[in-house]
This record gives sequence, C-alpha cells and structure tokens, in this order.
Amino acid sequence: MALLEIKNLHAGIEGKEILRGLDLQLEAGEVHAIMGPNGSGKSTLANVLAGRPRYEVTSGSVLFEGKNLLEMPTEERSREGVFLAMQYPVEIPGVNNIYFLKAALNAVKKHRGEEELDAMEFLQLAREKMKLVELDEAFMNRSVNEGFSGGEKKRNEIFQMAVLDPKLAILDETDSGLDIDALRIVAEGVNALRNEKHAVLVITHYQRLLTYLVPDYVHVLAGGRIVKSGGKELAHELEAKGYDWIENEVAAAR
Amino acid sequence: MSSTIEQIASQEYKYGFVTDIESDVAPPGLNEDIIRLISSKKQEPEWLLEWRLKAFRHWLTMKEPTWANVHYDAIDYQSISYYSAPKQKKQLNSLDEVDPELREAFDKLGISLEEQKRLGGVAVDAVFDSVSVATTFRSELAKVGVIFCSFSDAVRDHPDLVRKYLGTVVPYTDNFFATLNSAVFTDGSFCYIPKGVKCPMELSTYFRINQANTGQFERTLIIADEGASVSYLEGCTAPRRDENQLHAAVVELIALDGGTIKYSTVQNWYPGDKNGKGGIYNFVTKRGKAMANAKISWTQVETGSAITWKYPSCILQGDNSVGEFYSVALTNNFQQADTGTKMIHIGRNTRSTIVSKGISAGRGQQTYRGEVKIMKNAEGARNYSQCDSLLLGDKCGAHTFPYIEVRNSTAVMEHEASTSKIGEDQLFYCQQRGISAEDAVSMIVNGFCREVFRELPMEFAVEAQKLLGVSLEGSVG
Repeated sequence: MALLEIKNLHAGIEGKEILRGLDLQLEAGEVHAIMGPNGSGKSTLANVLAGRPRYEVTSGSVLFEGKNLLEMPTEERSREGVFLAMQYPVEIPGVNNIYFLKAALNAVKKHRGEEELDAMEFLQLAREKMKLVELDEAFMNRSVNEGFSGGEKKRNEIFQMAVLDPKLAILDETDSGLDIDALRIVAEGVNALRNEKHAVLVITHYQRLLTYLVPDYVHVLAGGRIVKSGGKELAHELEAKGYDWIENEVAAAR
Repeated sequence: MSSTIEQIASQEYKYGFVTDIESDVAPPGLNEDIIRLISSKKQEPEWLLEWRLKAFRHWLTMKEPTWANVHYDAIDYQSISYYSAPKQKKQLNSLDEVDPELREAFDKLGISLEEQKRLGGVAVDAVFDSVSVATTFRSELAKVGVIFCSFSDAVRDHPDLVRKYLGTVVPYTDNFFATLNSAVFTDGSFCYIPKGVKCPMELSTYFRINQANTGQFERTLIIADEGASVSYLEGCTAPRRDENQLHAAVVELIALDGGTIKYSTVQNWYPGDKNGKGGIYNFVTKRGKAMANAKISWTQVETGSAITWKYPSCILQGDNSVGEFYSVALTNNFQQADTGTKMIHIGRNTRSTIVSKGISAGRGQQTYRGEVKIMKNAEGARNYSQCDSLLLGDKCGAHTFPYIEVRNSTAVMEHEASTSKIGEDQLFYCQQRGISAEDAVSMIVNGFCREVFRELPMEFAVEAQKLLGVSLEGSVG
C-alpha cells in the first residue's frame, strides 16, 4: 500500500478549478519534488492535502495509508501524520513558541494513543531538535513566529516538523526567500529526518533546494496535472531549459 | 470559520441558579423614607444618614449620562427595590452559624466560607444581595492590625476611619450612578492596612445578586496607610433572569505615602442570554488616590454583564506616584461594554501605564474610553497606553476613544493601538499542527491577553483563563 495515493484530483478555490486531474503516488522513504511554473497548482496541492479551508475538492480521491484523507478534519490529518511546512508561517502574538509546539505534539501523541510528554521530557526533545536547524534556545520563549526573520520562520517550520515527526512532510516553497546558508540549514534539517519511514513532498519553483535535498523523483506540474515525471536529473533539465519547453510539449501532445 | 467562532461563543452561563432563601426586601421605589429605612436597618449614625440624604437630593438634580457607547431601554428607578437581605435566624457568633442555604450557595460558586477549607490564604468577605454574610480570617488579620470587614461593621466598629475617608476619592456629587450609590448603598467591604504593614494574605470580596428586581449598590473602601501594601480581589455572579438588574457600585482606594494597593476584578455577572435578553447593567465607579511614592494598580477581567460602564481610575496626587490599569474585556452575543480608565497626573514624576485588551465575539460591541490628563505642575510625568482589540467573527465591533490632555510640556506620552481578527490563517496553522479549533481559539485569545493575565494573582489568572474559554465556547466552528 502506498503511503499517499492521489487519483484524478480536481480541486480549486472560489469556484476556480486549479487542479485538473492530478495523479501521484508516494511510498514511505521517498522524497518527491514537485516543480512547475507559477500558477500551475503547486501550492493548491499542498493546501488541499493539508485541508485548508476554502479549498474545494470537486472530484478524485486521496488515500493516506489507505484511509480517505479528504474526509478528515484538518487537525486529524495532522495527527495522522501529515505535516505542511508553510510558505508563509503566521505569527501568533503572546503564544509561546515552545508551549505551542508542546500542545501540538501532545495532541498528536494523544491521537496515537501514546503517552503525552511532560515539560521536562518535551524540553529535552526540543533542545535536541533545535540543533538540527541551528536555532538558538532563545527562540523557545518567543511568541510563535512573532518578529522572526523570513529565514527564522522557515527554520522554525522544519524544527516543528522534526519534533512532530510526521509520516508525510510537505514543504511548500520552503526555499523561497532564503539565502544560501539558510537553504543549506533547512535542507540538512530535512535530510536528517530522511529514513525508510518518512516521505517528503518538496514543492518548489527552483532547482536550488534540490541540490542539497536530493529527490528520488521529480514531477512537473503544469495546468493542474503532472505532465512529466523523472529522476533527479529532470530538475537540472528544467533549470537549464525553463518551463516553456514542457508546456509546449504538453500543448503539442493535446 | 465564523460559524465555528459562533459555536464556541454560545456556551451557557453556569452561575445562573437562584437560591431559595427567605429575604427581607424593601418595597420598590426610591424616596427619602426608603433611605431612612436602609439607614435604620443598618443602625447607622446620624452623620451617615445625612450624607446619604445629601447625595439623594443631589441625585434628583442630575440626569443619567448618555455619552457612553451603549444602548439600553430607560431604567425605571422607582421599580427597583433598594434593599434585600437574607433573613438570618439570629446574630452570628461565628462562621459556623451562617445559614446552610447561604453557605451552600457560596459553595456552589466555589467560595468556601469555612476557613480551614480555604486554599492559599485568601480572606473572603461574602456579600449576598445587600449584605455581607461572612468575612473569613478576621481574627488572624487583626493580629497584624489589618481591618477587613463588611462596610456595615466598619461603620459600627471603626466610624472614625470611615468618616475620615468616605467620599474623599469619589465624592457624593461625582456622577449619576455614584451619587445614587451614595444615597442607597447597602453593604460592601472595608479594609484598612496600618502603617508599614504588608497584608499577609490576599483579601477578597465575592458579590452575589440573588433576589429578583433588586439593585445591588455596594461600596468598597480600601485604605493603605503609609508604607502599607495589600492585594485585593473581587469576584461576582448573578442568577439568570429575563429582566435586567442594576448594579451600581463604588470603590474608593486610598494609598497614603509609600502605600501600594493592587485591586483585581474578575467580573462575571450574568451577561444575558444569547438573544440579548436579561443580564446585569453594571454601572460602576472605581477610583484610587495615590499620595507620594504610592502605587495603585487596577487589573480587571470583564466577561459578564449585559452592559458594562466602568472606568477604574487613578488620581496621582503625590510626587512619584504610580498608576496602572490592565484590562481584558470580552463581549459576546449582545453584550456591550464601554470601559477604560482615567489617569490624572497631579504630582511630579508621576507615571501611569494602561494596557487594555478588548475581545469582541458574536454581536458584542466594545468601546475603550480612556483619558490621560497631565496637570500643570506634573513635571516629568509619563504615560504609556496600549489598546488592542481582537475581533472574532464579522458581526461584532471594537471602538477606541483615547483622550489626552497635557498641560505640562515635560510630559512624555506614548500611545499604541491595534485591531486584529483571529484569522483563518492562524486557526489553520494551529489545526495543521494537530491542535483543535477550540483549543486554538483559546490559545490565541489567551496569548492576546497575556500582558494582563500576568498581572493577576496566580489563582485568579487560572480562573480568568478558564472563564475566557467558557465565555467564548461555541464561537469557533
């Protein structure tokens, strides 16, 4: 059984169809990259999978470990192991970063029937995972994302991911707005979590993140569906040639 | 998401029970005879009756204020009963003799009148309708010279102190509701901390309105003598009734040189039902006077009442005195609140801080109204004001009216204001991390209020957080 199985997915926002029959399959342990031009539906895919309000699925199916993901409320998808590292993480003033994350982790643990962590155990885990993304401990006591730089916000997302230990991590343009050092730190953070149990779906416009975070498969999304799939070399080809040739190829095939 | 917010907001008021207890109730109506009746029931000295009558005569010349941003049908002051007391079987010699039904009523509210059961050393004065039914820990407090008793007892046992300070901060001519209170006030708490004494425990008054068609007019007077300090808590609830009930209290605080008074309120009067029927009209005058190097700090969490009209204020009379106002006000369903503070800087190097957090949900309407006045001789005065509003849903409103009057050019004033909505994005972010919508709203709201909650005494802070959670339940969906 595939970890994630998307079949003929049609979805959009405010009555506008953006995904038009998308098929995709991910196995545990794999890293897939989804690339594509602006407006091709990359972020829509990420948000639909995470269950963001206002995104509507009109047809198709998404199975996560064989279960109907689309029927689950947003928080249940998270507790089942779907994590979305957001393109624009929001600020929550007055809510302590570490308190927030502890509430999240314990909600997930409770759902899985595992014992919740007490403050000391949690702190130990958090300290360990913070090192992965080179975040200073001072971040623990700041409000969620408040006053964080762009790079800090993205590193915080990866830190949260490391603590929550999801089965499927979706990185929605995590590389946008990052300088080369931050990019490397984020990629190394994700690499550290790569093993046979986790799958990662990297959504990106550019190839540069994939230099550090080497994917097993690369898919090209255009016009709301996957138009081409290949190995990691496909990313280099896209970088060299741009997206036009793919779009032309697709148009020609129609 | 607005439907989620509405669901969280529609939880029932859980203190709405009525205690069936025989009461001694004055007939409705307001005239000099009623005032004489109240005064004689309380066996008051002549000077106090005279003071009441002066207030009443002045009140007759006054008009109910209309400047507040609240709307309600005219109050018929002749249809209200101005005195109601639970009938006690006999004079109380100890707390054990409190009527079991009264005791039960307070137990239900989580206020134990039995000292041995009290947690963490908080002394309580319990006021039921018009009278104080019990004050705990009186003897223990007396050992360090602290007087903590009902207002009526203070008039009887410490008439000189009462006479010296009554009306010195809120004169009987002050405003329509305070003047009414001065004429008809029935009971309340009195507290005096002698020179240099740090009060060894938190003092607290718990107000309960029970009887229908009565008004509650209590009066609280707290004096911290030179170098003394006290932390005082006030809580209140009322049964659920379809008609509106009037509550017009007066609180006067006096902090003499180097004294400190910290006054915290968790106001949870019945707010009316979700269609806006019933609820308490809360028209309250609270003011403190700080002499040299003294400090007065108000912290309030306002979640109840159909209408709140309340401006706890500080007169910074002495040099280097400090005034603080920390407020969280929540309006849900059809609640209306017009609340804020006044900071009057008279002495030199006086400092004031205002942090106001307003939360509106449902069709709640909320107004922050604050005045900072720097008088001519207040060299080096400083004020910092921060007013933040949080909206849940799109049918509620938030309004801010800050007034600033500066007559001394050395003053330093800072004012910050913000209005935000609990965004879909914030909720989604929390839910994507596995946190339920209810928990997310409560977390976001508590985060918003954090600067105020950290000013509350520990047990109260926990209570306040729970209360906000309950008051908002049903407002997210």
